[in-house]
Amino acid sequence: MVKRKKIITELLSGNQALAYGAWEAGVSVACAYPGTPSTEILENLAKFRDIDAQWSVNEKVAYEVALGAAIGGKRSLFACKHVGLNVAMDPLMTSSYTGISAGFVVVVCDDPQMHSSQNEQDTRWVGIYAKLPVLEPACPREAREYVKDAFKISEKFDTPVLIRMTTRISHTKEDVKLSERIEVEQPKFKKDISKYVMVPKNARVRHVFVEKRMLKLQSFSERSRFNRIEKGSKQLGIITSGVAYNYVKESYPDASVLKLGLTYPFCDKKIVEFAKMVKNVVLVEELDPFIEEHLKALGIKFKAKDPSFRLGELCTEFIADIVKGNVKKKVELAARKPLLCAGCPHRFAFVVLKKLKLTVAGDIGCYTLAALPPLSTLHSCVCMGAGITLSEGLQRALPNEKIVGVLGDSTFIHSGITGLINAVYNKAKGVIIILDNSITAMTGGQQNPATGLTIRNEVTKKLNLEKLCKSCGADNVDVIDHSNIVEFEKLVKKRVDEKALSVIIARSPCKMIDRSRGPVPVYDKELCKKCGLCLKIDCPAIKEINNGFIEIASDICVGCNLCVSICPFGALKKNEE
Amino acid sequence: MKNNVCNIVFGGIGGQGILKASEICALAVLYDGYHVKKSEVHGMAQRGGSVESHVRFGSKVYSPLVRCGKADFLVCFHAEEHFRLKPFLKQGGKDLTVYLDKARETVTNPRHLNTFLIGVLSAHLTIKEKSWTMALSRVFSKKIVEQNRKVFFDGRSINLK
Repeated sequence: MVKRKKIITELLSGNQALAYGAWEAGVSVACAYPGTPSTEILENLAKFRDIDAQWSVNEKVAYEVALGAAIGGKRSLFACKHVGLNVAMDPLMTSSYTGISAGFVVVVCDDPQMHSSQNEQDTRWVGIYAKLPVLEPACPREAREYVKDAFKISEKFDTPVLIRMTTRISHTKEDVKLSERIEVEQPKFKKDISKYVMVPKNARVRHVFVEKRMLKLQSFSERSRFNRIEKGSKQLGIITSGVAYNYVKESYPDASVLKLGLTYPFCDKKIVEFAKMVKNVVLVEELDPFIEEHLKALGIKFKAKDPSFRLGELCTEFIADIVKGNVKKKVELAARKPLLCAGCPHRFAFVVLKKLKLTVAGDIGCYTLAALPPLSTLHSCVCMGAGITLSEGLQRALPNEKIVGVLGDSTFIHSGITGLINAVYNKAKGVIIILDNSITAMTGGQQNPATGLTIRNEVTKKLNLEKLCKSCGADNVDVIDHSNIVEFEKLVKKRVDEKALSVIIARSPCKMIDRSRGPVPVYDKELCKKCGLCLKIDCPAIKEINNGFIEIASDICVGCNLCVSICPFGALKKNEE
Repeated sequence: MKNNVCNIVFGGIGGQGILKASEICALAVLYDGYHVKKSEVHGMAQRGGSVESHVRFGSKVYSPLVRCGKADFLVCFHAEEHFRLKPFLKQGGKDLTVYLDKARETVTNPRHLNTFLIGVLSAHLTIKEKSWTMALSRVFSKKIVEQNRKVFFDGRSINLK
């Protein structure tokens, strides 16, 4: 698909640049589950026909498949967002012990400021916890470069290598020079029980190897070009890493800088040498005090950012205040709240759940937006799959409350299935609604097992959700098109009142995928009583105009007619043209 | 030293073609040989919410983000967003949002508003015309590139008068 004869320059995002770099490095197998801001890495790797790329069912699966390929002798890559790594932590921790045969790179995209995430955990700690090297590129050009080196480091030290990106690197575009793919010699697969079977006897031996490896990596970190001193003023020296490096260079172009690119293991000698070079040392790092804690342990005299800067992302405006030791100033400009698209099938579901005044255990997906006012009809969202399990827990605590668990098709497959089996096994009752819009929507529309298409849109076996739910042991499995809200309401009401474990598969396609459009409803001002019900469905096409009447934006409306179904006065009518 | 960097802020709401507009701009300056950085917004933040994209170019660019009060140009497609993004503009910076009404009068297809304003922007930058047309051909499919080229030049010429 992608062919290139000579070196060319392209405008690439950090994620695209990383994908190209991995391809150039000869990566053969790549796996991920979609997650903002990491999604485009696999989407771009899949464009190369010489890479075996897949959307895996979840991050744990993705990690294991990629690890297996690396053990089997093929350069492999796993990519995820920060919270995705939590799902893959089980194989990750022990893969540190097994090591690999061919290079294995683990790319994690953190999301400082939580542009599209449920927390802002800092992945660099995983380096310490799992005893793995951590590379932190600062821009798309470095993302390409670093991933190529990461494969070499992985093979040289027999270790998975973490590359930690952040939203501002993943989703910044820059001109990047690209070159040819290198065909690397694949190591021959050797059955090695002592290395790849982590029973206590073998793992004890491998742990010794891991500790030795850390020492070797530390001395590599000392001399590596990833950690670079840029000599400048003797008065001020700034230690920094990742995207923060750019903000430092903008604010203090004359300062001396120690840029950490191989952040962990730390290059202690270089850090001490740098601290001696300058009069005042300041540390500028985004999120957690990761480097800060280590500088303290080294006994270096330095100024760290005020703890108020541990929240959210940094930007050039903040650097002077960090250097001066000031508290973070509030400069936030109120952005518009995101909302469900016009015609989104999720809106139909939540209008009904709101009317029935149910307690809703939610999950990760576009539907999480139903928690925002005026819908305000989603009462928990913690992690993937918890729509089912949290609703079970809530029910155990509140047996008289009417609770439903809600999650999407891709989320259900990712980690909802085990929750459903658990509910059946432990005799839980209640209602689980799978909002099946037949796509992984929030991340921009990726395929999943229930769509029957692969990452390259090739036809594959399609997972049948209703059969799956039945064989898990649900008492009732209903499939309904919930854009008929009258029927949907009846069904939910019936199932909620039963003493049974029911799954309702509410199936209606995502409006970003199904581009069919209907005529805009007719608004009859004469019949409108200005009750405001149509405004409470939070449709981006319906606007209140100054005197309490409404207006439908014809360029946004897709003609879903939900507003028609809920208008009690017939002021909104279906356009029968 | 860093003052040779040009800062442009694009803004609006999801679906208005903001990322496409900033892409055309970033490609054109790339074809002219500049170092360029462009920020984007993806995922949940994008769903009908504010979309903002910064383009910075010069001989060397560090931060992908424009500082408040430092934008040379503001190109915005939405009134409320314009109010929010105005503080980005530096004193004497050009607010091309004022051409939005003119754009609405001129273009027949509202989807072409972004291309029209890019045309207006192009008249303010010393980027070769060929770089702009190359960028347009890169971003738009064969089917719609001709229409967009026409709209681009409509925008480009209103300012040259």
